[in-house]
This record gives sequence, structure tokens and C-alpha cells, in this order.
Amino acid sequence: MTANPMLTHPYSIKRIQQETHDTFTLELKPKSNIQTVSFAPGQFNMLYVLGVGEVPISISGDPAEPDVLIHTTRAVGAVTNAMRKLRRSDLIGVRGPFGTSWPMEEAKGCDVVIVAGGIGMAPLRPSVYQLLSERREYGKVFLLYGARTPADLLYQREMEQWRARSDLHVDITVDRALRWWRGDVGVVTTLIPKADFDPTSTIAMVVGPEIMMRFTIAELQRRGLRDESIYISMERNMKCGFGFCGRCQFGPFFVCKDGPVFRYDRVKPFFGKGEI
Amino acid sequence: METLEPILAQHPFLKELEPRHLKILVGCASNVRFNAGQIMFHVGEEANQFYMIRQGKVAIETLVPELGPITVQTVGEGDVLGWSWLIPPYRWRFDARAVELTRAIALDGKCLRQKSEEDHDLGYELLKRFSGIIVERLEATRLQLLDIYKARP
Amino acid sequence: MGRSLQLGDKVVLERQHLQHLLDVLSKRGYRILGPTVRDQAIVYDEVRSLEDLPAGWTDEQNAGTYRLKKRADNALFGYVVGPHSWKKFLLQPDVRLWQAKSDETGLKTVESKEERPRSAFIGVRSCELHAIAVQDKVFMAGEYVDPSYKSRRENLFVVAVNCVQAGGTCFCTSMKTGPKATFGFDLAITEIVNTEPHYLLVEAGTETGAAVLSEVAHREASEEEKAAAEGAVEECSRQMGRTLSTAGIKELLYRNYENPRWEDVASRCLTCGNCTMVCPTCFCTTVEDYTDLSGQLAERRRRMDVCFTMDFSYIHGGSIRYSPKARYRQWMTHKLATWIDQFGVLGCVGCGRCITWCPVAIDITEEARAIRESELSHGTVT
Repeated sequence: MTANPMLTHPYSIKRIQQETHDTFTLELKPKSNIQTVSFAPGQFNMLYVLGVGEVPISISGDPAEPDVLIHTTRAVGAVTNAMRKLRRSDLIGVRGPFGTSWPMEEAKGCDVVIVAGGIGMAPLRPSVYQLLSERREYGKVFLLYGARTPADLLYQREMEQWRARSDLHVDITVDRALRWWRGDVGVVTTLIPKADFDPTSTIAMVVGPEIMMRFTIAELQRRGLRDESIYISMERNMKCGFGFCGRCQFGPFFVCKDGPVFRYDRVKPFFGKGEI
Repeated sequence: METLEPILAQHPFLKELEPRHLKILVGCASNVRFNAGQIMFHVGEEANQFYMIRQGKVAIETLVPELGPITVQTVGEGDVLGWSWLIPPYRWRFDARAVELTRAIALDGKCLRQKSEEDHDLGYELLKRFSGIIVERLEATRLQLLDIYKARP
Repeated sequence: MGRSLQLGDKVVLERQHLQHLLDVLSKRGYRILGPTVRDQAIVYDEVRSLEDLPAGWTDEQNAGTYRLKKRADNALFGYVVGPHSWKKFLLQPDVRLWQAKSDETGLKTVESKEERPRSAFIGVRSCELHAIAVQDKVFMAGEYVDPSYKSRRENLFVVAVNCVQAGGTCFCTSMKTGPKATFGFDLAITEIVNTEPHYLLVEAGTETGAAVLSEVAHREASEEEKAAAEGAVEECSRQMGRTLSTAGIKELLYRNYENPRWEDVASRCLTCGNCTMVCPTCFCTTVEDYTDLSGQLAERRRRMDVCFTMDFSYIHGGSIRYSPKARYRQWMTHKLATWIDQFGVLGCVGCGRCITWCPVAIDITEEARAIRESELSHGTVT
């Protein structure tokens, strides 16, 4: 890459959609004649709000349609809260895409188990799109999604469409619910024993809070999955996004360039160890 | 009428149970069915049975005054529901409501408590299996308790 | 002056001729950066003449101690390393990356390109040459290249100095980074002060170095003079103040994330970050966005940072490394273990600065030794 990776490029907001009470989705289009950059599922961009700051946010759109850049994020800090207040046509600086991606090639010919916890669904949606677009290349596909309450579920309309498909197993659970909820209640790990994937030929992609990933990995291992078949996505403090500022280090790995998608066996010695 | 023995024998919960113990359980077992929305038991009622769910979904609920009934867990096919029959004062601690049509095998807890006092081996086998379920639920509950998806700025 | 010199040639300069060298470099448009005494330390700053150099000064260093002392002779380079390292000029503590303007036409970013003359570094020690090479690996050898680091680096003229006297906290021989400069320099000086007159043996390390040297008054070095220089550097390698065994150091630290020694260090470490600031290879930075009062004009700056702050690993409402123990462990395991997996070399060059400048005298060589020895006493695998 010859361009300066610290330089941000202006994108215009086409649409802001509220997903849940604290999560929203941005649809962005590049301003003027900047070329759209293609991305791979699992990658992220650094999004900038003028004068406020910059944050890493995973890309949530369809890799086959890079013309519209989609990012789903929670409003938790100064930058994301400022972002949430923007309007159509406002500008956001974008630089990227950075990071490693989901093993879409390695998964061909295998069953695929996607386990998403909370906002973890956002970096996994692109891989679902890609799986569905090349459906025949894969075995059984399971999407197991857990959230706090039914109101916190992302992409609800899309989830319903996916649930209706006969070539996709979608199982959703929440931590607690009111009586009208007819779905499952319980942690997302409880969905794993019920998914009948072939552990000898399955790739798992897991994203969620680290503790959720830990328990999910344990459950997948109990089902017979090898560590080399499990992929996770991690988060750390990031300022540059490409391995220069040193902040996102996780043992010997830079989460921004050796990750955020990691094959579990590679990070196993450090994962779950305190304060690494 | 067909005996429930083959059905019980196949259930993962009773795997490797000795035939003589299985027979005792069969003696205490009956087929039950709950329609969608039907309450299986109320908190406070005497807990005299436990259920091995064969089909359907059951919501375990508790009432939170400002919020109404909250579902804390759902169980489904292959799960075991109910351990209050094991521990005094043998009363249900939660409500259970069938979310959809649910078929289960109900086992007479009162009867089994009696039989376990007489045959400690049976008691041990049951407790071994139930403690596994309780541990699993405890672990899951702890995770739910951590509220891991909560936003932290 | 006479025939033009070649790469590898060794000549002798009289002390006063070093001024010629500075003049030649100035004339060629170099901004000269070198050692000078300031605030009771030898720091790196712009120098113009021999008078600016720390003639007759030496530094007495030990854990948590740095004192300047007057020498009996008038050596120009009779010290080792001070609180500054050359990253001050290559990586730079505070850089503006770009400015952005928001107006009716949109958001425009303007990359900040620096106009600066080429730099010449005078007095670069072998350990520092290695440190520069380590940072080159970080900023220029990967998929992304830092354009400003690259431009500063490419136009650099390096005058190295071979150490003839080791410092109290030095351990370059353990790290195989000195004391003799073997690469990365245009010229390398060995200063011989125990003879009258005091002279400098200068080796040309590049064609450019040879060309510059040709313009400075010099004479051929005799075999005795060359031998004396070699001997002095040899002698220096036997005087190291510290040692650190690097055998299997990466695996050693990877095995010992839970070693109780970390608690011990944590009880002393103030997480002040001095070690990080003086370390010539530490490169971690932060990026800050500023805006003017109108909110229309913004700029992004990159500042050097330390991994010892709570902010450094902050995410989702807390720091990943919330305890001082974890932060010291991060710094030391990065330097001696994970760096190897990241860049193929050790991050430590044995300059001893972290030992000298730690206010509570924490010694990285002592910590490494303690961890290694703790395995022996427990009968663990070595």
C-alpha cells in the first residue's frame, strides 16, 4: 500500500438506522471520486468524526457490494455518541480496511457454525452474506445468536428472513425475556449441543465478549471440535490500525494486523490469561 | 399400551443406568403433555415430580413486580426439568409454562425419594446425574448474571 | 587531503580536524545533531562546533543513578549514552500527521509533509545503530511504511563512535550489539585519548562517508594506530557493567507469565514510564485529534506514548492491564520475548538506559536473571 495509512478519506452518510436502543447502523458512500475499496468479512475500518476522534469498527455489509459501506456500532463513548447524532449527508472519515478475515476458503466443504454474542453479530454478518452467496460450497450452516434481551437483537428483519430459509439453521437465545418471547432463553452456549454439525469437518466462527468466547470454545471443544477449526475475533485499544502504535498488542500479536480474526490454536497460550 | 421403558432407556439423562434401576424409574413414570401456554407448575406448590422433555419448549419464569413474569431460562427436547423434588421442603421455586405444545415423561419424585432411601445405589445414581444438571445450570446462570452484553463505555 | 577515500578505508584525524568534518557536513546541507551537556546530562541536540560537544565529560551510571564527572583528559566522546536516544529525531515525540477542514465542499484532509534539512547524527554508539535498525524493522519492513520515518531515515548521515569505555549499566556484549560498530554508519570514530596527541581513528562505512571524509584533513592510519583502536574497543567489551543471558529468553518469559517475581517487581515499579521514554527501541505512540474553537479545522497528531498508563490498554470501560504488575510484565516480555516473534530480533540492545533512569533502580538484567534462576531452584525445564 503506497498511500499513507493514517490519512482518512471522507465518506458521506447515506442512512443512519437505529437497530436497538444503543446500537445503530451507518450506510456510507465515498465522497467524490475516491475508489471504493473492497473488504473481506471480518475486517474493520477506522472511522473518524471531525475533531472528536476515531474508533475501529468492524464492517457489517456485504463484501460483494463494497459500494455501500455498512458499519454497525454501539454508542458507548465520545466518538460513537457523536456519530449517532450525525445526519444524512454528514461526513465521516474512513481509513482501512485493516485486519485479517474469516476463513471463508478453508470452510468450503465443511459445516459452518457461527456463534455470535451481542454486538458480535456485526462482524459476522458479512460472512453470512458470503456463505449464502456461495451456499453450495459449504455443508450445513448454523447461525447461533445470543443477546441480552429480545430488544437487543440486531438485524431482526434479516434474521427472520434467514430463519425462514431451509438451507440455514438459525437459533436465537436471550439472557432473559418477558412472557411474549416465544424463543429460547439462556446463554448462547446452550444452543451448541443442539446443533448437529459434524465435528470432524466443521469450521466455527465466534465473536462476542471474551468471556462468552471462552465458554463457547469450551462447549465447541466438548462437541469434538479441534482448536484449529475454531476462529475468534478480538478487540483491543487501537489508535493506528496497522501495527505502529503498539497499543493493541495481545502477547506477540497485534490485534489490528495479526487479527482481529485469529485461529484459536494460535492464540490459545495467551487467551483467557489475565491482563495480557 | 406400550411401556415407557425403551423411551427412558434411550434418554441421554439415564444413560448407563442399571436395568434394575431403570425398571424402578419406569414404575414411577408416566406420559404427560402440556398445551402451548399451559402452566406446568407454580412457585410454592409441592414439587413431587420431575420431567424429561421429549418434545417442545418450557419457559422457567419468575415474577419481578415492576416487570411482570420474566423468563430466566427455556428448556427443550432432551432436557430435564425440575430438581426441587430432591431438596426439602420439596416445593417449586419457579413457575414453568409450556411455550409450545410439550410432551414429557413425568417421574414421580415422591415415589423416587422413598425408593432412594431404600436403595442407596439408586439414590446415588440419580444424585450423580442431577448434580451434573445443576452444575450446568449454575454455570449458565452465572454467565447470564455477568450480563456480558451490557455496554460499558 | 589527497586521493579520494574508499569504503573501508581507515584514516587518522587530529582532534581539531573534527571541526572540519562538522563544517563539511554543514556545507553539504546537513543539520548536525550530536551530544552536548545540558541539565547535568549529556543529551542529543543540534551542535555546530566542537565546543558544543561534551569534551572532558564522562557519565557515571548505575541503577537509578546518573552523574556527570569531569575527566582527567579532554575526550570528546568519553561517555556512553544519556537519557536521549536517536528516536527523538527519527520517530519524533510529537508529529502532526494531517490537518482537516470541514466546509461546504466537504471534508478535506491535507497531509503534513515536513520540510527539513537532512540530518547528520554525530556520536552514535553501536547499541544505538542496532536500535535504529530495530525501529527500521518496525516502520519500514512490513506491509505499511511510515512515510515520515522513511524520509528522515533515508537522508541520514551517521557518524558512529566505537566505545572504548563501557558504562556502568551497559550490557551490549550480552545482546551482541557492540561495543564495536559493524554496520549502519557512514563514518565510525574510535577516539584514542591515552596518547599525546589525542587522535581519532575514522573508518569509512559507505561511499558517501568516504567522500565526506576525503574532504577533511587526515592522514593514513598506521598499523599500530589501527591495532590500538581495535584493542581499546576489545578492552571495552570486557568492562560491561551488566550481563544478560539471552539463551532461550523468549521461551523463558513465555513460560513465566505467572512467575511470582512479577509481583515483586510490581511492588517497586512506579509505572512512571521512564524506562519506556529513554529506551531507544520503544516505539509505542498515541494518536490525538484536535479541533479549533470553530469546530471546522481539525488536526491529527501522533505522540510518543508509554505502555505503563491505564489509558494504553483501555477498552470497554476498563484497562486490560489494570495492575502495575501486568504493565511491567508487558514492557519486559515485549522487549525480550514477543518482540522476537513480531520482528525477528530482540527489542533490547543492552544500552542500560532503563536501568540508569529508573527512579527505583529496577534492573532488567536482574529481573531476567531472577526469573531464570527461579526455574532452576524449582527444578523446572530449562
